[in-house]
Amino acid sequence: MSATPDAVAAPPAQRNGATSPAARSLAGYARWRWWELALFAALPLSWLLLPAQSLLLNEIAIVALFAVSLDLILGYAGIVSLGQAAFFGFGAYTAALFAKDVLPDPLTGLAVAVAASALLGLATSVLILRGSDLTRLMVTLGVASILYELANKLDWLTGGADGLQGVVMGPLTIPGTALAGFAFDLSGRTAYAYSLVVLAIVLVLARRLVHSPFGVSLQALRDNRLRAASIGVSTSLRLVAVYTIAAAIAGAAGALLAQTTGFASLDVFDFHRSAEVLLVLVIGGTGYLYGGIFGAIVFKLLHDLIAAWTPQYWNFWLGLFLVVLVLVGRDRFVRPWTWFGRRSATR
Amino acid sequence: MLTLLFDGVAYGMLLFVLAVGLAVTLGLMNFINLAHGAFAMAGGYVTVLLMNRAGVPFLVCLPIAFAATALLGAVLERTLYRPMYARPHLDQVLFSIGLVFMAVTGVDYVVGSMQQNIHLPGWLQGRLPIEAVGIGKYRLFIIVTCAILTIALQWILSRTRFGSRLRAAVDDPRVAGGLGLDVNRIFLATFAVGSGLAGLGGALGAEVLGLDPTFPLKFMIYFLIVVSVGGTTTITGPLLAALLLGIADVAGKYYVPKLGAFIVYTVMIAILLWRPQGLFGRAAAR
Amino acid sequence: MSAVLETRSLVKRFGGLAATNDVSLAVERGARHALIGPNGAGKTTLINLLTGVLEPTAGTIRLDGDDITTLAPHLRVRRGMVRTFQITQLFQSLTPLSSLALAVSVHRGESGVWWRRLGSDGAVAAECETLLERFRLADVLDQPVHALAYGKRRLLEIAMALACAPRVLLLDEPFAGVPEGERQEIFETISALPDDVSILLIEHDMDLVFNFARTVTVLVNGAVFAEGDVETVSRDPRVKAVYLGEDHG
Repeated sequence: MSATPDAVAAPPAQRNGATSPAARSLAGYARWRWWELALFAALPLSWLLLPAQSLLLNEIAIVALFAVSLDLILGYAGIVSLGQAAFFGFGAYTAALFAKDVLPDPLTGLAVAVAASALLGLATSVLILRGSDLTRLMVTLGVASILYELANKLDWLTGGADGLQGVVMGPLTIPGTALAGFAFDLSGRTAYAYSLVVLAIVLVLARRLVHSPFGVSLQALRDNRLRAASIGVSTSLRLVAVYTIAAAIAGAAGALLAQTTGFASLDVFDFHRSAEVLLVLVIGGTGYLYGGIFGAIVFKLLHDLIAAWTPQYWNFWLGLFLVVLVLVGRDRFVRPWTWFGRRSATR
Repeated sequence: MLTLLFDGVAYGMLLFVLAVGLAVTLGLMNFINLAHGAFAMAGGYVTVLLMNRAGVPFLVCLPIAFAATALLGAVLERTLYRPMYARPHLDQVLFSIGLVFMAVTGVDYVVGSMQQNIHLPGWLQGRLPIEAVGIGKYRLFIIVTCAILTIALQWILSRTRFGSRLRAAVDDPRVAGGLGLDVNRIFLATFAVGSGLAGLGGALGAEVLGLDPTFPLKFMIYFLIVVSVGGTTTITGPLLAALLLGIADVAGKYYVPKLGAFIVYTVMIAILLWRPQGLFGRAAAR
Repeated sequence: MSAVLETRSLVKRFGGLAATNDVSLAVERGARHALIGPNGAGKTTLINLLTGVLEPTAGTIRLDGDDITTLAPHLRVRRGMVRTFQITQLFQSLTPLSSLALAVSVHRGESGVWWRRLGSDGAVAAECETLLERFRLADVLDQPVHALAYGKRRLLEIAMALACAPRVLLLDEPFAGVPEGERQEIFETISALPDDVSILLIEHDMDLVFNFARTVTVLVNGAVFAEGDVETVSRDPRVKAVYLGEDHG
């Protein structure tokens, strides 16, 4: 992988033919769709127009961010994981402990949590390289379970089953700008804005990633590993890289949760978390990055609707929904633009 | 120490009977069925209800639990599971998680969430004083029953025509189908028997493992460990894996209670890292 | 040595069965070399060994004189040895354009680039344009691969191999399942490949072999049965005997 465009003096796509159909199509694959722009516009609008719902919206944003991380490894790289909560929880506890014992500055804490989760992701990525889907399922589940147990047993550090309490965050300050002193208050407005910005930044970066040669090579690996190798795509490094990135993003989501709620408990590592984010992603649709957002919204709505009606047996309806969803076919579900004809030629 | 070993073996054999159906289903249909534990739970509840409400003797309940769960398995296979075989593993995972949720809450709704108790017949209670080691009669019963089942399974697989058809179908379903084997019927029979065994295991295990609606979720990971570590190409693989797991779990909880399940997960990951296809599986990356 | 690809005493055993039995094969530079043999002779196994999908039990493989016997499959591709598959292996959710763009990008060493979009490099787009034209895929460039007609898929299969700029091309029954009328298209494309590309072709159809190949190796039961230029081999009575009863047309 040594040749660079500089060395080979490649003509920009423009000169070689803005008229060449191939060049135009390739550019078109990565172009911002109108609904993407609308979505990005809707984010700050929601903050402005729905101040009373900030806490709820913050929850949704965090789940959406978590789902983006899962989409990268599941939707794009094809790794079936039931243990993404490992990184979510690790990020949460790291951020909470950092705020409590080192420095209550949110941004620093977020950076530390992201770095720590990335390291954990890197370390555990070796586990998902070999073996079948079942093996990967088991090891991801195993890692999350181990972390759960660790958090449980190391109660002098983590608070054990009671959770880590008394995490008081300092005000949100972005150094070098006039943005300073936004405290996390009960209304959740600062929290929601904070989460939104992180979500937006991650989405933009992830978007670049998935449309790049690297991102497309991941999809190729997912679709047909044999053929990917046969055109020269190396598997291991790529999977390690995306797994690490996904872990970092999941860690960010966990950190946001801990920071905006001032609390971290064992359930951040729980199987239910991993299952829930999987479900959210599946509802919204895998493989186009925004499934997490739509899925989180739908999931929250469904949950509130059904739980109000039958709080104890919400899981039953959830289970039924899942069964029906899968029997009917995941693709034919919440993806409005697929109703209008062309299937994903966005890649 | 010997008691621990004994208890571990009993636990392991029980896990084997519970999980063998899952191993064969995965090896045969390449289907990840996370709802397998629900069949075990069904067998347990059938037994409890028959014993407590209808006064059916324990020993009679066991074959009934097997038959009832096998029937349930057969019906579900034909209706719900069969269309899912060709689906990607993710879909299968989601599907079976959905089924588990439904089963767990369904049972909770119908029977309530308290743990169910089985009143073992008198001759199965208590311990046999052998040397200085007290051997629980019930655990001995479990070991004997499961050993008989294992031998029967092994015999069926290696000595009967059905067994050789099954082995052929596991080896290569397309070729088997091409040779005229009715793969659908083999799948159905295997799934039914596997579920039936799970039900029987659930009935046997109700006293030892505890029976409440969350049973499938609690023990799902154990079944999966047995299958992933043991591999899906033999039944001795899962047997050994189950024994290993049973002994490790019992010993771990006794000697290092602080670490608990931590050891089990770590060992599992270490084994899968070393041999991703399981300790005894063939290296077929599916 | 003018052999660009050669094997020495290559053996592959599956249990007791020798699928590849002491095969020493040499593909010359610029060759038009056909590999024929009855079903089950081990032709695809040999290709799998050459490309690194299977590990040999014994023997060596050399590419340009370098020992590549233990080299990872994707690295062999980077060195210029590319194959096509008998059963098309494509990326179902991508489009022909993005598949080719990916292959070209990989070849140009850009597969690790994550900050620019696929095809932002103008040379990639140009290369794709050429391939799409040559393989008559221009009209379906944006269609998802899973929706393509079979003939187009076969063409894409070969186009992707060429996108890797191979020096050695291993074609595993490129005409398999292709209706008579569309074979010509594919045949012409393969024949038009430059002379410095060395081609090893697995094929059943003797007419195609006769028209295309200059050298032929006959594989039977995993071992080299006969070898030589196409005239000699096709007239060899032993070869005819081996194919007796084989229905191929």
